[in-house]
This record gives sequence, structure tokens and C-alpha cells, in this order.
Amino acid sequence: MKAPVISSWFGRGQVEAPPDITSAALRSDRFRLEREGDWKRLEAIIVRMEKGGLRRIADDDLIALPALYRTAASSLSVARETSLDAATLAYLEALVQRAWFQVYGPRQGFVRWLRGFLLGGWSRAVRELWLDIGIALFVMVAGAVAGWLLVAQDEAWYYRLFPAGAGDPRVPGASREQLLATLANEESAAGLAGFAAQLFSNNSAVCILAFALGFAFGIPSLLLLVHNLALLGALLWLFDTQGLVVELAAWLSVHGTTELFGILLSGAAGLHIGRSMAFPGQLPVLDAAAAAGRRAAVVMVGVVIMMVVAALLEAFPRQLVEATSGRFLIGGTMLTFWLAYFILYRPAGAAGDALALPEAG
Amino acid sequence: MSRAATSPRGDRRERTLITPEGLALPITMAPRMARAGALMIDVIIILSGLTAFQLLIWWIAGGVLGGTSLDPDRMSQGVLEFLGIVMALFVFCIWYGYFLVQELGPRGATLGKRIVGIRIAARSSARLTPEAVIARNLLRDIEIFYPVVALLVLTMLAQSGQDIGMLGWVLTGWFALFLLFPFFNRDGLRAGDVVAGTWVVERPRARLAAVLSAQGAAAARGTSALTGVRYDFGESALSVYGEKELQTLERMLRDSPPEALQAVHATICRKIGWDPGAGDERAFLEAFYAQLRAKLEGDMRFGKRKADKFS
Repeated sequence: MKAPVISSWFGRGQVEAPPDITSAALRSDRFRLEREGDWKRLEAIIVRMEKGGLRRIADDDLIALPALYRTAASSLSVARETSLDAATLAYLEALVQRAWFQVYGPRQGFVRWLRGFLLGGWSRAVRELWLDIGIALFVMVAGAVAGWLLVAQDEAWYYRLFPAGAGDPRVPGASREQLLATLANEESAAGLAGFAAQLFSNNSAVCILAFALGFAFGIPSLLLLVHNLALLGALLWLFDTQGLVVELAAWLSVHGTTELFGILLSGAAGLHIGRSMAFPGQLPVLDAAAAAGRRAAVVMVGVVIMMVVAALLEAFPRQLVEATSGRFLIGGTMLTFWLAYFILYRPAGAAGDALALPEAG
Repeated sequence: MSRAATSPRGDRRERTLITPEGLALPITMAPRMARAGALMIDVIIILSGLTAFQLLIWWIAGGVLGGTSLDPDRMSQGVLEFLGIVMALFVFCIWYGYFLVQELGPRGATLGKRIVGIRIAARSSARLTPEAVIARNLLRDIEIFYPVVALLVLTMLAQSGQDIGMLGWVLTGWFALFLLFPFFNRDGLRAGDVVAGTWVVERPRARLAAVLSAQGAAAARGTSALTGVRYDFGESALSVYGEKELQTLERMLRDSPPEALQAVHATICRKIGWDPGAGDERAFLEAFYAQLRAKLEGDMRFGKRKADKFS
């Protein structure tokens, strides 16, 4: 590791005038003196680009940048064959590398990326994961069924799944009225906005965990899905004992269609990474993991957006709308919207292409 | 088109990057300690930012409380709720935004990475994409922060007398697995780097040094400004050394003190059979450097290279 060069933070702008070209005794030094003006100009442009993006750079400089980069690159090739000046070679190598980072750096800023993401990139990434989504969906359904059956066979399982909910009326043996009361709406919107923010942080963290755990070949992601859906299955069983399962489904559907969809996608994204590491196909494992990771990351940004929507739905409409049909209407609309966006929305344009992933290799 | 391979130089942190122009560029992997240091700096910055913001929120809440003549019941619930939302969203945005925005910038480095002089780059000379930066930063959570937080919670539970069983060991194993991951691959990749297709490299930093052949005795065809003697080395004297020694001499001429130059002067004189004088070492070495370099570069143009004094 190089020591941090403090002087480089302060000692800017003292550029010595280059010595007269004819004073250099060596041919390789004359080569260098003839070209070092271009190198210094390139360096100045790069420094400005590193500091603050493209806006602060004059148009001439921006137009000259590719040519200056190629000049420096060709100077380096020539110098390697003709010059033994180690300092100049090191400088040129560092300069070309820095220029390479800028010239071949991220092509678009965050805002343009986000636009391309919303206008097609997201839905395409989701469609690319269709197999993983299918597997994750199967696992989630299986988890819910397993939760229901477990609790139906032995009520003790319910307490193991929902430990120590002191004061929570949602326990086996609760009366129909008690359970119905937990589904009732709130009187006003007070306190709900804070609730929404809390839900959002919590749910996003769960989703990111499901995604990141995919690194261990996807198994923990699936376990997380099974666990979450087993809780849901147990809850469904509880309300079914009092014949309230339709009301519960309506209550859940308001935000659940969005939230469960998001959890499904994050689990599928994690599984996608794990699967590509376990079965990399033609590519080396590292390349396969990298390609899958980038595809899955796009889906994950979308999942965070879905969690924002779900938290808002959970805090406001779910607590304010009481009618079962109204709740089903909101939940169904959201589900239709997401499905249409992911499956039917296929723009064929430049906005989508900006996100096209380069093949690894 | 482009690939990265181990450099023939043999340094374990050196890699070669082939640009689309077909030029081989040396690139140096960042040491693991530098990366750990950078992460610590970043975490300290984030935590102090969050603490400052928390204090600000408390201060505002205190002001609101003061406005109600210190009666908590009369406080507007809306205000407190709003402050709570602001805090929750702020934490989320800082936690993920700090790394994302900075690593997507033209420097490809957070503040901590900039301080220790490293940056992220795409492996296999590809373009660094926003997806890659997002993926590598989401993975950091399970690598370090979740296990640390979970371990802290478990420790507190254990302190309060609860039985935590094997869970502590499982978490410690998980934590150790990811923490040690960079030590079990050649490129020092952490799990996030594997998934994102990135690696962390040293930021190249070199200033253009002065032209040695345009100063001192080298510029005056071997004539010393101090004594007026002209140093002129014969063919046999110049064929003792090779490129490696030339570049060592260059480094010494650029930044060594006069005492070190005296030692080099004595060695060279002994080797080429001159009688070492004293007092004019620098001019001698400058002249020797310029003439040796002229000879080696001249041979180079005819395809003859001499790597060091043994070849």
C-alpha cells in the first residue's frame, strides 16, 4: 500500500516548465518532451472528471479526450520498446490506467440508470429469472401448506412459530369476535405513517437478507421463504378455525399481494445466484456468479421499491378500508398491475437497451 | 477481447489488464488490510453522521416539548411521528446510499477507500456497471453487519441470563467464514466481489518526474559543472551493467542522499576499473547514467536487450 500522499492534496498547480527539448541528450527523452504536453493535458482533464463529473469540463477537452487517451496509450507502447526511463514508464502506466477508468468507466449516472430501469430494465430482469421465480413460488406454497398442516396436527407448533406474543389475541382458542377485532380498521390515520416507515425498513431488510443468503447456493434463501410462509399458513389455520379465512385473506391481500410478490422476487434473486454458482454451465464459476449477481441486483432494486409500496398500502388503505370486497379490490388491482408490468410491459427501445448486460468474459 | 492474467513479474498482488486497444497495463490488487481500514473509516463516518442526526432529532423533539411547557401529553403526535419517519428513512438512505452513490461516481471509491488510496473496478477489464455496485454492497450486509448485530444481541441475551445454546457458535462460524473469505482466493475477493464481478485495486498515482538527461552532467555531455572534467566511458565500461542496474541508478539519482551516492560511486568505479576520486560523485553518476542509457537504448532499437549485469 502506498502511503497517502498528503502533499498531493495541497501542492497542486505548481507545474514546472518543461526543459528545452534540444537540451535532452537522449532520443527517448526527446520523445518524452515532445509529447508530455499532451500527457499533462490528459491528466488535467482526468483530475477534473474524477472530481466532479462531466459538467465542469470544456467541450474542446471532452472532444479531445479519446484522442488524448489513445495518444497516451500509444506513447506507452512506444516508450516500452524504446525508453529505459523507469519514472516515465511508471507515470504513463498510471496515467493510461486512470484514463482507462474514466473513458471506459460507468457510462451513465444513477438518474439515467434509474430511468432505464423503470422503463423496461426491471421487468426484463424479472422475466430472465422465470425459472427461479417458479421454484421460489413452489417453495412458498409448500411452506404455507406445511405451516397449516403442522399447526392443524399439533397446536403447540403455533406457539413455536409465534413465540411469546403476550397480550396478542391471535392465539388458538381465541373467539371469533377477538379475531375479527384484529382485522378491524383504525379510527383515523394518526400513527400510521410512522408504522409504514417501520414496516418498510423491516421488510426491506428481510428481502435483502433473502437475496444475500443466495450466496450459499440458494438453500438459506429457500429456508427463509419456507419459514415466512409457514407463519402465514399457521395464521390462516387459526382464522379458519373460526371461519374467518376469507376476511383474513382480504385483510392480507391489500398489501400482501405486493409484499409477498416482493419476497418471492428476492428469494428468486438469491436462488438465481446460488443456482448459477452450483451449475455454472459453460462459464467459469466466478463469471457465472458475476453475471447472475448483476441480473439479480436489478431485481433487488425493484424489490425495495415494491416494499415502499407495500408499506404504504399496509399502513393506510388496509387500516382505513374495512369492507372485505374493498380490500380484495385493492389487493387484486395491485397484483394485476405487477403481473402486467412484469409480463406484458416489453418496450423495445433505447431506454431498455441501456441496461442490457454485457456478456461476462 | 480482454482478459486479466497473472503478471510475469511474480509479485503476488500484480495483475495485468488488457485494454480494448490491446495494451497490457499492470494493475495492483489492494492489500486486505487497506480494505479493512477503508471499511472501518466508512463505518465510523456513517455512525458519526447517524449519531449527529439522532442528536438533531432529539434536540428538535426537545424544542417541541419545551413549546408545550414541558407537558408530554400536550405534544402533537403528528410532530413526533414525522420525526420518527424522517429518522427511519434517513437511516435507510444513509446505510445504502453512502456506498452506492460514492462507488458509482467517477472515482469508484468511498471516502474511506479514497483515504487509503484504493478503488473498485470490474474484474476481467469489463465496464463497471451500476448493477455490479448494487450487488456488491447488498452482500456486505450479510457478510459483516447482520452477524455482528446478531452476535451483539445474543451477547446481551446471554448477559441477562437467557440460554442461547449453539446459536452463538453458528453465528460466529458464519461471521468467520465471510471474514476469512478474502484470504482463500488469489485476488482477495470477498463474497460481494464474487457476486458482483468486481475487485478492489490500488489507485494509480504517479507524478511525472523530471527529465534526468536534461540536467547536470548528463545534459553537458558528461562534463562536470564542479570540476570541468569530462567523463567519457568506453565500450567495455558500459557493457558491465544492464537495465535493472540502470533503473536502480535512476531511482538513486532521483531521491537518494549524497552519502548513498558515494557508496554507489565507489562500487561502480571498482567494477569498471576506475580510480574512485571524491567530491564529484553526482556528476560522475549522471554522466554514467546518461551514457549507459544511451548505449542500452541504442541496442534496444536493434532488438538487443540486456536485462541485468548477469545476462
